[in-house]
Amino acid sequence: MRERSAARTLAALRAGTQVSVAGRVIARLGDGFMLQDDTGCVEVASATAAPMGAFVTALGTWDGARVSLSSIDVVSAGGERFTRAESDWTYLSGKRLANLRTRHAITRAARAFFDGEGLLEVDTPAIVPCPGLDVHLDAIEVLGMGAPRWLHTSPEYQMKRLLVTGVPGVYQIGKAFRRGERGKLHEPEFMMLEWYRNFAGAQDMMRDTEELVAHVARLVTGSTRLPGLKNPVQVQPPWERITVADAFARYASVDLDSVVHDEERFYRILVEKIEPELGRDHPTFLTHYPARMASLSRVSAEDPRYAERFEAYLDGVELCNGFTELTDASEQRKRLQADQAARAKLGRSVYPVDERFIAALEDGIPPSGGNALGVDRLVMLTVGAKQIDEVLAFPCARI
Amino acid sequence: MYDTSDIKKNLKIKLDGVPFSVVDFQFVKPGKGNAFTRTKLRNMYTGAVIDRTFRSNEKLEPADMDERQMQFLFKEGDSYVFMDTSSYDQLNLSEEQLGENKWYLIDNTMVEVLFFNEKPIGVTPPTFVIMKVLRTEPGFKGDTSGGAMKPATMETGLQVTVPLFINEGETLKIDTRTGEYAERVNVKR
Repeated sequence: MRERSAARTLAALRAGTQVSVAGRVIARLGDGFMLQDDTGCVEVASATAAPMGAFVTALGTWDGARVSLSSIDVVSAGGERFTRAESDWTYLSGKRLANLRTRHAITRAARAFFDGEGLLEVDTPAIVPCPGLDVHLDAIEVLGMGAPRWLHTSPEYQMKRLLVTGVPGVYQIGKAFRRGERGKLHEPEFMMLEWYRNFAGAQDMMRDTEELVAHVARLVTGSTRLPGLKNPVQVQPPWERITVADAFARYASVDLDSVVHDEERFYRILVEKIEPELGRDHPTFLTHYPARMASLSRVSAEDPRYAERFEAYLDGVELCNGFTELTDASEQRKRLQADQAARAKLGRSVYPVDERFIAALEDGIPPSGGNALGVDRLVMLTVGAKQIDEVLAFPCARI
Repeated sequence: MYDTSDIKKNLKIKLDGVPFSVVDFQFVKPGKGNAFTRTKLRNMYTGAVIDRTFRSNEKLEPADMDERQMQFLFKEGDSYVFMDTSSYDQLNLSEEQLGENKWYLIDNTMVEVLFFNEKPIGVTPPTFVIMKVLRTEPGFKGDTSGGAMKPATMETGLQVTVPLFINEGETLKIDTRTGEYAERVNVKR
């Protein structure tokens, strides 16, 4: 593995060793300057001056503290401009670059996990004729396709269609797009890790989730304790499971039945009273959502008041949403039509029902489970970032 | 009227006749649920901070303020003294009333003082404030891998993160909207 620090590499050398160095001139010193690359800084003594901000390559002798240059090439001119706060150099250097490395390590670890489980990595289209009909999600329209098209808000329909093949499961790491969502935990374009398993349900998905996150944490940080956004979280399985009804009673002293028909009140209590309490020290699964908030999940066979839907919370942050998938085509069509009506009533765009998705359910897919996990949030929890902006190369405000 | 998409730090709104300033805000949206904006609002009379959650697109009443240019003289205990440079009238604002803006007050500089119903209740700092670095570790000592920035304490006590090449006594431009370093200016004040 490549040594991650130029300073440490040099420190390990004997004084008098010939070295070649390269980097950007970030400061002038008495008889030389400071060179920096992505791993750190090196002091060089040089008879020849180099302009501030320039990229140089040089040869010289390591004297135990700095490099005395014998030759230097200015390979790219610079200037003081790079030191300004708004320059990409200032913006990307330091913590953000470290976060991008962690992000890379996390997607690599997630792929290793699902590859080990025998799931097929897929890459479904981002531009779709029927984005999800979730009542509170808006899609971004795509022009120039010769027909109405949108960027998907989740690759759900196409991924479930792949289940007709009888593969053990599929996974995808890709962008999802949601209009108007921007905040400390939201970005209109974000990274979703979504996976489905045939012959599985919500219980299997929860087990996958806790094992995946523990695996990623161990591989990336060497420990199962993640820094979290504010407070550390021990992600070693098994995670706590609590029903929505119990969470309302415990954290808000509210009887779920009294608010379940008032959606806004339900979500206001969830946001203000409950979410901040979930996933403290250890992650929490919120389970047994009210059947009317089933979305695309199956209603529980044991108790039809609840849906087999769950979400995981770590340090108050919602990390994923999973289901036992609804595989009944006529029930699915009814729900999507109800969502269309609800959207129309709220004055939101009404997208078409995805008939190919319904047809796949009519053809039959095995009982299956699925889960969608926000990768950016997992990175935030892993590096201790408070804002999603900190873990993106370029958030939408800086494109 | 404002709505929740107008919310930003320092926005002044009126709730039950009382002026509040937005200290912090967060767009929240539980999985597949309604969107809300959670806010921390500072009561501009008392300085007390409250939590308030607004429904997405909820309407908010602006708190209209008068602004008057005054000179910040000095800090006296927990009180900050300002003077009208034409009438020489003085007034005091408390640390609670100033909130985070206290970090941007430099003795004998001009600043906009806010009045609500004729009562002084706060200040609006300029977008950029020029101030000196009081303390920061020198340059590039030790292993700086991954760290192109380092902490610094400014003359007002404000803590900022600055590039490694900044030294004590240098003059920097600070963005008061974010409290962050903008650039090195090194002009004599």
